[in-house]
Amino acid sequence: MKTLLTLAASALALSAPAVAQDVTITNARVVIGDGSEPISGGTVVVQGGRVVYAGPASGAPAGGTAVDAKGAWVTPGIFATVTTLGLADVSAVSETNDITASGTPFSAALDASTAINPTSQHILVHKAAGITRAATSLRPSGSIFGGQGAIIDLDGDANPVVQPRAFQMISLGEGGAAQAGGSRPAAHALLRAALREAQAIAGGKSGIPETTEIAKDDEVFLSRFDAEALVPVVTGKQKLYVDAERMADIRAVLALKNEYPKLDLVLVGATEGWLVAQDIAAAGVPVIANGLIDLPETFEQLGATQSNAGRLARAGVKVAINAATLQDPRRLQQVAGNLVALTKMPGATGMSWGQAFAAISSVPAEISGMGGKAGVLKPGALGDLVMWTDDPLELGSVPTQVWIGGVRQDLTNHQTRLRDRYKDLDESDRPKAYDW
Amino acid sequence: MFADGSARGRIALAATLASALALAACSTTGDSAKPASASSKSEQSDKKFVATPAGEPVFASTYKPFPNVATAIRGATVYDGKGGKIENGVVFMSGGKITAVGGPDTPIPADIAVFDGAGKFVTPGIIDIHSHLGDYPSPGVDAHSDGNEATSPTTPEVWAEHSVWPQDPGFSRALANGGVTALQILPGSANLMGGRSVTLKNVPARTMQGMKFPGAPYSMKMACGENPKRVYGNRGRMPSTRMGNIAVNRETWLAAIDYANDPKAKRDLAKETLVGVLKGEILIQNHCYRADEMALVLDMAKEMGYKVAAFHHAVEAYKIGDLLRENDVCSAIWADWYGFKMESYDGILENAAFLQREGACVVIHSDDQNDIQRLNQEARKAQMAGLRMGMDIPDATVIQWITYNAAKAMGIADKTGSLETGKMADVVLWNGDPLSVYSRPEKVWIDGALMFDAMNPKTRPVSDFELGQPGEGDVK
Repeated sequence: MKTLLTLAASALALSAPAVAQDVTITNARVVIGDGSEPISGGTVVVQGGRVVYAGPASGAPAGGTAVDAKGAWVTPGIFATVTTLGLADVSAVSETNDITASGTPFSAALDASTAINPTSQHILVHKAAGITRAATSLRPSGSIFGGQGAIIDLDGDANPVVQPRAFQMISLGEGGAAQAGGSRPAAHALLRAALREAQAIAGGKSGIPETTEIAKDDEVFLSRFDAEALVPVVTGKQKLYVDAERMADIRAVLALKNEYPKLDLVLVGATEGWLVAQDIAAAGVPVIANGLIDLPETFEQLGATQSNAGRLARAGVKVAINAATLQDPRRLQQVAGNLVALTKMPGATGMSWGQAFAAISSVPAEISGMGGKAGVLKPGALGDLVMWTDDPLELGSVPTQVWIGGVRQDLTNHQTRLRDRYKDLDESDRPKAYDW
Repeated sequence: MFADGSARGRIALAATLASALALAACSTTGDSAKPASASSKSEQSDKKFVATPAGEPVFASTYKPFPNVATAIRGATVYDGKGGKIENGVVFMSGGKITAVGGPDTPIPADIAVFDGAGKFVTPGIIDIHSHLGDYPSPGVDAHSDGNEATSPTTPEVWAEHSVWPQDPGFSRALANGGVTALQILPGSANLMGGRSVTLKNVPARTMQGMKFPGAPYSMKMACGENPKRVYGNRGRMPSTRMGNIAVNRETWLAAIDYANDPKAKRDLAKETLVGVLKGEILIQNHCYRADEMALVLDMAKEMGYKVAAFHHAVEAYKIGDLLRENDVCSAIWADWYGFKMESYDGILENAAFLQREGACVVIHSDDQNDIQRLNQEARKAQMAGLRMGMDIPDATVIQWITYNAAKAMGIADKTGSLETGKMADVVLWNGDPLSVYSRPEKVWIDGALMFDAMNPKTRPVSDFELGQPGEGDVK
């Protein structure tokens, strides 16, 4: 009977139409996500799929289904950047993996939005961990250009792509050097050649001849199609995410603005960013920073410290936490919590609770071009809400309810089904295969 | 990439040639400068050449506890590592040993160092049963890649200790951020039988021997599943399948049994390790993800007459908690790794809690230079997953997963892993609840010596590699 009920419930969830419900959550510990501290006894109101109110109970408009949070934490959904969510089922099983394509002649022209699988288990598992939107990216594999990343939502419906071609991902430093043929100058020469081609196509500079492609032997570093794909980068219409770790590499990235003033740069990784924090702040370039990397895992990370993000933020840099170097993006909460822990360590620089939460919600949303729309509970923002079992930065705190765009989400996935099957090992009547 | 690789190859060849020349030059010089006399030649011809007999200590530990002062911590919440919890407790260490552990009335001498532990927590030193620090050190360049002797599917003759680079900065991070006082360095999982592990005290040293845990038994690393069959199958060698994995293992064990029964057999380093396992002197640490494969390994162990101490990366252990309990095998697991390779596809957060429910032994491990800094946090995540399923596993038990249980599966539980009188004074004072994300180690003692103190920058170890480099001595 219990099995039948479960079955009915999950069938219902699968068939439920994705319609946003108006909802008013009261008696919540409300986190706005903008860096401010939590509000006790707060109210959040979502109407028509958008936040219309979040703050103290007094002043809240009425309407919609009433939900008593009973003191639980309610926050904006976590905004994960940079991820590969939706691009692989099992990363080590190559036929399921669309993150890299070393055999293709294309690079910058590759478009992640063509491949997002909204029912990937990684998307479902991460939704159940409170991530509601993400920047998802291809990884450079045959050139320094990884291709164009997308902003996605994790609601599992037919339309996961919120913003296709939101940014171009490139790798400089050791990774870019390897992709470009073996050195940093090779990577920089390729980058400049590519941007020059894009400028020529854009008509910005006349008289520069177009080449058909840049290749060595049978390896194509840049095709005409890739140069065309870089036009929005060189004209500043598409963000350029640059993976760089070493202080000198970061300086070289910032210097690109002198040659190409329209570039809309975002630094990714930036392990040694704290050593040039003032320069980054002065350039107004945001950083998707490695949070807890504290080992010289490469020669471009000799200055690695967990204080990197905190020191960058203190210098006035807009800092989001990078999901790409984590075991999985669902560890973003844990990283943010650790940055709070650093505030108690002599000599370390961490973040306040509000600042750390913003670094995994509103700030990455802003960097992704979704400022005010995601990662924050402000009027007009998308109705992405999470109600938590506990302080969302504390270990093992998970969502009890998730809304994306005002739609209450089913949190079932492969892992929860395995969990339910193996809550005991009783096979006295039938093998486990009949327990579902 | 490819061009870069071949360039490295050329450099390596040139270096090899240069050192061969240097050796030749050296022996020539030696001969001409100091001709051997007739008498010494005859002495040499009478001499019998013998290596240290098999089984006697070689590459022996030179570790000695560092100077310590008698120290007590009072007023802290104490987790003893074996499931016990004492509020407002006292931990007293002297002479490098735990001298007393108890409640607020525990007597301590007047003339010793006393730390106020109010609002703080004390645990045994954290132990990682699965690390590759030193064998795959930072920086992770090819020249440092010393963790897999991936040239044959069975290499029981190699010893992880011969690859340990003591200057790996990862050791100090594990100490300062993770409170790790002992760790087992395992060979990688490319091979069915990867070689011997080494257990280390997490003390900075100039040599591996200076870190080697005195009296710790060796383990041998084995690996199930995808890695061995992929590595060797891709080279057109056996094994290329899971059935090939088991077949090669069984043939190797049978040869070792023959060797053990042959008193005239010539010494064989590989078989010496295997015989050590058959005799129960060397433990088995078996990388194995899938439940069905663990069951096969347990039967193979019965067939050949050895015991598995722990399955590592056992993401599907929760499916056979009953079997693992009956066989008294620990599961060394992550809290949340899943889905990165096919055999990890069924990883769930409740793995540890479901094993605990069955009464099976749980160890939380890292296999990672970053997670080793947060084993306490990983343990907490696993605990909370259980709580959501209605299983209230006490905090003190969760601490046991990363202390006593790890020590037990490594064969050092008689020496460390719990706060008991007479044991090594490997102790961590945390600045808050160690199962909270907001807490960090404040002080770490190893054999009673204060090896890390967050309040004193000069007690932060800096490896040779880090000297004169950006961030030397920084709070990492």
